[in-house]
Amino acid sequence: MTNALSRLLKTREWLMADGAIGTNLFAMGLEAGEPPELWNTDHPDRIRALHQGFVDAGSDIILTNSFGGTCYRLKLHNHQDRAFELNKTAAELARDVADRAQRPVIVAGSVGPTGEIFEPVGTLCMADAVTAFEEQIRGLMEGGADVIWAETISSEEEIIAIAQACANLDAPLCATLSFDTAGRTMMGITSTGYSGMQNGLPVRTVAYGANCGTGAPDLLRTVLGLSETVSSDAVIIAKSNAGIPKYVNGVIEYDGTPELMAQYACLARDAGARIIGGCCGTRPEHLRAMRAAMEAHTLAGRPSLDKIQACIGAFSSQDDGTGDVATAPKRERRGRRRA
Amino acid sequence: MADEEDEIILSELNDDELVLQMHDDLYDGLKDEISEGVNILLGRGWTPYDVLTKALVEGMRIVGIDFRDGILFVPEVLLAANAMKSGMHILRPLLAETGAPKQGKMVIGTVKGDIHDIGKNLVGMMMEGAGFDVVDLGINNPVENYIEAIEKEDADILGMSALLTTTMPYMKVVIDEMTAKGIRENYIVLVGGAPLNEEFGKAIGADAYCRDAAVAVETAKEFMEHRKHNQTA
Repeated sequence: MTNALSRLLKTREWLMADGAIGTNLFAMGLEAGEPPELWNTDHPDRIRALHQGFVDAGSDIILTNSFGGTCYRLKLHNHQDRAFELNKTAAELARDVADRAQRPVIVAGSVGPTGEIFEPVGTLCMADAVTAFEEQIRGLMEGGADVIWAETISSEEEIIAIAQACANLDAPLCATLSFDTAGRTMMGITSTGYSGMQNGLPVRTVAYGANCGTGAPDLLRTVLGLSETVSSDAVIIAKSNAGIPKYVNGVIEYDGTPELMAQYACLARDAGARIIGGCCGTRPEHLRAMRAAMEAHTLAGRPSLDKIQACIGAFSSQDDGTGDVATAPKRERRGRRRA
Repeated sequence: MADEEDEIILSELNDDELVLQMHDDLYDGLKDEISEGVNILLGRGWTPYDVLTKALVEGMRIVGIDFRDGILFVPEVLLAANAMKSGMHILRPLLAETGAPKQGKMVIGTVKGDIHDIGKNLVGMMMEGAGFDVVDLGINNPVENYIEAIEKEDADILGMSALLTTTMPYMKVVIDEMTAKGIRENYIVLVGGAPLNEEFGKAIGADAYCRDAAVAVETAKEFMEHRKHNQTA
């Protein structure tokens, strides 16, 4: 393991990742419907400024502006031919900001879902998915990314495809899922289920965890599930949205305050996460509060679900599909089928 | 796989057993078995409409309940919807020939500025699975697309999806335009998307916010029943 992230993890108890790309770019003038990745070449100054804001707020890891950078997402805007170029430029912009920092800053090449559904239910076959991810990952690595960072993934097939592409290209991988459906991913993966998948992936992740989803309390419950059964050397990532979106006077805003995110960050540490950051709605002021709170924090042991709710609010669903619920009786079937 | 003595020959089942078996087969996403079951029932003189409602739609209703309750997840539901489609493939021309009553027609699309489509596609498939006709406008739809489509298609339901906080307010633009044109009350408007909630749905003047695809189907059915009742009254 010779990647920069693994080396930095050896010297530090925890690292802070960055905040939101999408919601912050909208605040900088990105038009809804416009793919953020085009700004890598159209407005490189704004992308650099976004990264710089996170580094100045104390982020140890910054994610590239390449979430929708597979040919499948770019195809929606007729830019599928630019996948390699846009990803390489995304990594170069982040690399430039990271290299100017006064401390080590890791450049993580963001890889998001294709938006396609895999066979046999959907139409995307594994080989095509791996090819698409390889194209994106090659661009990110050539542009100077230290690690690949898959995020907001919901299907097992897609994580396997990304891991296979990383294995083929010898690129280190971090991978987070979005557990946004009553504690599971849209495709039904539970937190403990995701931990259980780790050994079977085509490449061993440097770190894995959860991002986005449905608010900080839910994300912490997921982190507890992720860290419950894993080996002690596993590195867990927590990247929560800054609260949940609220509709006020025609505009939608995430309701999480810097104080709430600071509490979330410390609870995430207690729950076993070593890489903590924010997702949608997380601005530099949230990160500053999180960094200060984590620096002052003394580890307090795994928080109970009650403590999480008492500190930062209620869960969005009663359970998260782990534990006893997972073995709840299924629908009773009639006699059985022909072979 | 099943023991030999468990083996089920669909054509040997009586009507009631066969229908129950088809509910199971839909649940398991077995499309060949669903096609076979549909043909057997038609061969026994069932009307296409009865096959649709008693075997297929009822089976998908059970799938929807377990999806809503967190027992089934998206992949299983999509498999079930695919199996349903294989049955619909046989029934659709027959339904048209016999002038069977329709479940309703939905125009669905992701709003302008938003390029997310998985949730919208799920709703479309589940609605088709429940027997609705679905016209999918795709992503990034300006208000004109919606208005043109609901009028041209003579739709009953307009479904709008948004996954971004920046694009959710556009749903209100569409509803306001419908109101301005005096056609708002002609349609059932359902909205959905991860960041939305009931409060938002009410605030923008939609008929309902639907948390997931199963809820969308149930809600659409409820509103359609109400609508049919009012039309015949």
